[in-house]
Amino acid sequence: MTDRQRETRMYLVGFGLALTLTLVPFALVHWGLMQGRTLAITIAVLAVAQIAVHLRFFLHIDLSRQKREDLQLILFTVLLLAIMAFGTLWIMGNLATRM
Amino acid sequence: MSGGNLHPGLNLGDHHGKAHSGAEAVVFGFWIFLMSDVVIFGLVFASYLTAANPMGMAGGTGPAEAFDLGSVFAQTVILLASSLTFGFATLALRHEDGRRAIARWLAVSLFLGLGFLTLEMRDFAHMIEVGAVPQRSGYWSAFWGLVPLHGLHLAAGCLWIVVMLAQMATLGLVPAVKTRLLRLGLFWHCLDLIWVAVFSIVYLGGLMP
Repeated sequence: MTDRQRETRMYLVGFGLALTLTLVPFALVHWGLMQGRTLAITIAVLAVAQIAVHLRFFLHIDLSRQKREDLQLILFTVLLLAIMAFGTLWIMGNLATRM
Repeated sequence: MSGGNLHPGLNLGDHHGKAHSGAEAVVFGFWIFLMSDVVIFGLVFASYLTAANPMGMAGGTGPAEAFDLGSVFAQTVILLASSLTFGFATLALRHEDGRRAIARWLAVSLFLGLGFLTLEMRDFAHMIEVGAVPQRSGYWSAFWGLVPLHGLHLAAGCLWIVVMLAQMATLGLVPAVKTRLLRLGLFWHCLDLIWVAVFSIVYLGGLMP
């Protein structure tokens, strides 16, 4: 298989996976197949999975050694988000329960 | 892709000479911009989630009356398809299919991007009609700060495609144009990635039974 065919297949596989990971949560909400906490967790897990698919198949980020630098950049971004975004939610949620 | 990968993402490859070697610094720099943009979006998401509760809605219109799941689903599929067609444009660039082939895939992506924006504008018009306006409540302020911010990015992406089509026609495929196309591809894919968070948190979260 040539590089071209392999790369084209990578985009198509990514598209197929992302489409599936989109269809499932929309179906769950549309037909009300799940409720409350279970549904929220399922949507979150599927979203994270789809983001991983986008990174892997569309943005071509992988765990190979030659691309460590950008993986570190992405992980650092995730750390910043964990501190600032999750921290905001934690503090505000805590305040809300005390009010 | 073996051997000559100089930067994250799909590389042009050694056969592109100067365009490939010059891409290392500019593409990595663009990744840093993209990640800072992701941090900004993350914080806007955090403020949205802070307001996404009955207190934040202040007794006004709720998401159930304002959102249209079918339209959001259509937007999601359209944007995903545009990511695929942009991937094909990048492949046409990497494998030197020529200007016409690249321009064709870019035009398809532009068309899909504009289709997404049209549906989104229609949704926004409906929201304004039912009173889901930013000044109604903290929740709607946060919503209008978040979702149109993504739309604005996408509109900028569409404009960028138009500019690149013009540059390809006038300058040809010079190294600068090639690396710009590479960066535009990363921008476009990154916006689709952010949209996954938008539809999961805002729309599916808002319409959860």
